[in-house]
Amino acid sequence: MKTGLKTAPPGLRFARNVVLKGLGLFIMINLVFALSDPLLRLGRLSAYNQLFPGRLRLPYGDQPDRDHNLSLFQLEAMFASHELAAGPKPDGEYRVLLIGDSATWGFLLSPGETLAASLNRSGISLPGHRQARFYNLGYPTMSLTKDLLILSFALRYQPDLIVWLITLESFPIEQQLDSPLLQHNPQTVRALIADYRLCLDAHDSRFVEEAWPGRTLIGQRRALADLLRLQLYGILWSATGVDQYIPDDFTPRMEDLQADQEFHGLQPPHLHPEDLALEVLSAGMKMTGEIPILLVNEPVFISHGKNSDIRYNFYYPRWAYDEYRQIMARISETKGWRYFDYWDAIPASEFTNTAIHVSPQGAAAFANRLAGVIEQQINATP
Amino acid sequence: MTLTHILALAALASGYNLLSGRRNLLCHRTWILLAVSLAGIYWLQPATPLRNFDFWFPTLTIALAAGTWAVVRSRETSASREDLLAGLLILGIILGVGATRYLGPLCCLTASRPPQFWVVLLVVGGLAGLLAVLARCAGSRRILPYAFTLLIVGLFIVLKSEPMGSAAGAWLRRAGGQSADLATAFDLRWLGFSYLAFRLLHALRDYQAGRLPACSLAEFTTYALFLPSYTAGPIDRYQHFVAELRGKGSGPNNPIAGVEEVDQARPASMPQDLAQGAQRLLTGLVKKFVLADSLALIALSGETAAQIASPGWMWVVLYAYALRIYFDFAGYTDIALGLGRLFGIQLPENFTNPYFKTNLAQFWNSWHITLTQWFRAYFFNPLTRALRTTHSSIPTWATVLLGQLGTMLLIGLWHGSDANFAAWGLWHGLGLFVQNRWTGWIGLRLGRPVSHPATKRWLAIGGWFLTFHYVTLGWVWFALPDVGLSWTVFRRLVGLP
Repeated sequence: MKTGLKTAPPGLRFARNVVLKGLGLFIMINLVFALSDPLLRLGRLSAYNQLFPGRLRLPYGDQPDRDHNLSLFQLEAMFASHELAAGPKPDGEYRVLLIGDSATWGFLLSPGETLAASLNRSGISLPGHRQARFYNLGYPTMSLTKDLLILSFALRYQPDLIVWLITLESFPIEQQLDSPLLQHNPQTVRALIADYRLCLDAHDSRFVEEAWPGRTLIGQRRALADLLRLQLYGILWSATGVDQYIPDDFTPRMEDLQADQEFHGLQPPHLHPEDLALEVLSAGMKMTGEIPILLVNEPVFISHGKNSDIRYNFYYPRWAYDEYRQIMARISETKGWRYFDYWDAIPASEFTNTAIHVSPQGAAAFANRLAGVIEQQINATP
Repeated sequence: MTLTHILALAALASGYNLLSGRRNLLCHRTWILLAVSLAGIYWLQPATPLRNFDFWFPTLTIALAAGTWAVVRSRETSASREDLLAGLLILGIILGVGATRYLGPLCCLTASRPPQFWVVLLVVGGLAGLLAVLARCAGSRRILPYAFTLLIVGLFIVLKSEPMGSAAGAWLRRAGGQSADLATAFDLRWLGFSYLAFRLLHALRDYQAGRLPACSLAEFTTYALFLPSYTAGPIDRYQHFVAELRGKGSGPNNPIAGVEEVDQARPASMPQDLAQGAQRLLTGLVKKFVLADSLALIALSGETAAQIASPGWMWVVLYAYALRIYFDFAGYTDIALGLGRLFGIQLPENFTNPYFKTNLAQFWNSWHITLTQWFRAYFFNPLTRALRTTHSSIPTWATVLLGQLGTMLLIGLWHGSDANFAAWGLWHGLGLFVQNRWTGWIGLRLGRPVSHPATKRWLAIGGWFLTFHYVTLGWVWFALPDVGLSWTVFRRLVGLP
């Protein structure tokens, strides 16, 4: 064999050497990457809030090339790109974090038209010349556990108040682990399940597990490219202020509805508290400790079209939604949660493409309603 | 070419390179490259909305190449046994690809199932018959070369013009039993036609001028369809390519005028080809897939142009576009040159640091060099020569202006028939004219070249700055879909609303 290689023509010997050295380097680099796991540290390195202004909402993008934005799953990088990570909390700032679904994030709204932005414009006055500043930490998937995950990261940023916007679609148990953000952060979600004894399956098959090859440079190439893309999109974020493509035309929310009474496999007449992930709300309360949480049932579209006697909208049969509101009111009272129900606060004409997404006017109107309550709550807090 | 195509081709070329030294495959290089290129063009052709055209476009490509060979082959020699073998190989590969229709899931060479085999037989038989007739009629430098030139230019215009492309798409849809309602110019996604057209037109013109050496069917078809340069150039000259093919090439920058018979190939350079080819390939991959694709995220586009109001950011996205288009195109060229080198062929250089040049003429001598040389050889020089000889009353400046505007306008329209591409071409034509006049004027005023080193350096820096920004501003026309938006961007770049 040895003689065979020695007598191989120069071309083959050269190729063999190149291949062997290349393979060696390739294996070494991948091993070092897998052992050092540098992605989290890299995620914290961000040009946002340094070279570019921080984003007004967490990165999310269905069409990256048009949105100048992308969906990624590394929360460190997502928060590092947010304006919340701009630096220490300024003196005199009363920091209010808004968590919730796509309605809070502001689907089909520009960053300056979201609920948080509208609340910032409402000029809430606080004693001692403190200024209330609202931060948008909504994220476009419907799951209370996803909100809890975001909350667990958000607590690093010294909030004074949390406004948790909820809707029934975020409550079903089987819905809890449906968000890709949760599925791609299995370790953190498992820690939440364990710490707060949540009745969720820590070994749910939807979790994206990273076997050893997945931790190598090759396995993490997509995550690495996402980090790079997020930084590059910072240029267009700075240049345009656009983080979501808003089409001129979109399919409007459904007015005529199916005559379907079912809600996530449940039939009327009863929705039980056990059917809902109320324990996730409890976990949130426990997690924030002294920091107050306002639970706000967000406005939903109320249809007057076909079968609107059976359903309020695409998401909710009337019986289920009515039961949910009663359960929330009852449990909140029992547990001492500060709960505000704004389910019908916005006229039907202000809903856009779904039963929870609102127009800029709708967001501003909701902010006006909410601002008064928030101001009252802040001033009532010792 | 996608990354998968490139890597598969690189593996094939490396295998060929390694084995060629040991098994004396060099003797059969033309045949191997011909077979790889013939099968490869089917493999690279993307799916089209027109039924079966991912099979017919490559077949038509082959027919055009073979037809052009039949026109330009030497009339002194009759078709040889080698040509007959090449014809059989071509037919065998077309029919072989057509037969993959019956391989079911194994069918992987074309984007969709090839047409019914009897249709393939019928069409290929017809084309082969036509080729035989052409080969018999060949030898006249009058009618057939002009007819083929017209055919190629006509196809070119149809493919580049949106209304004609849509009309052709609708006609082909109807002919194929599809609804014509959805026809668009995008239907005619004929991969590699632009570059094929340049190679064939070069061969036809050189044949008419008596500059084309005798060529075999195998060599000519390999030249026309050589896979590494098939989709994005460079546009090699036949004389240079065939010398490389026969193992007597003179490198990438020195195409030769004629070719002599070669009895010995060059096995000693194989390791060098492998090393340099791989290095060039890797450089190209990084330029294209890392740099260009990253810059593409932030480069000027129709959307960003409408969204950005600040002059500073507009300049940033414009610079990003300038770098992106360079890395994209130069990256593809590096990939082509690397793959070519792995196959033992040194293709001509296409980019030599264009953004570091100190005047516009130098820029165009180092940006897409082979395209510029093509237009210079087959349009600019004949046009200016004709103007000087037949219209001697036209002043020199007007001849230069007409030549440069015409050449650059055609280069612009080659990219597409939009007004913006025409504006881009005219922008450069005008720039070249002004530079030409300025150089002549300043030369007369100064009397002798500047010799002071510091002055020369500052002049060079100033020249580079002006050239780079003139070219970069020109990309505003090229990058955007309409003239109005381009004008808005120009206004915003200088701070106007």
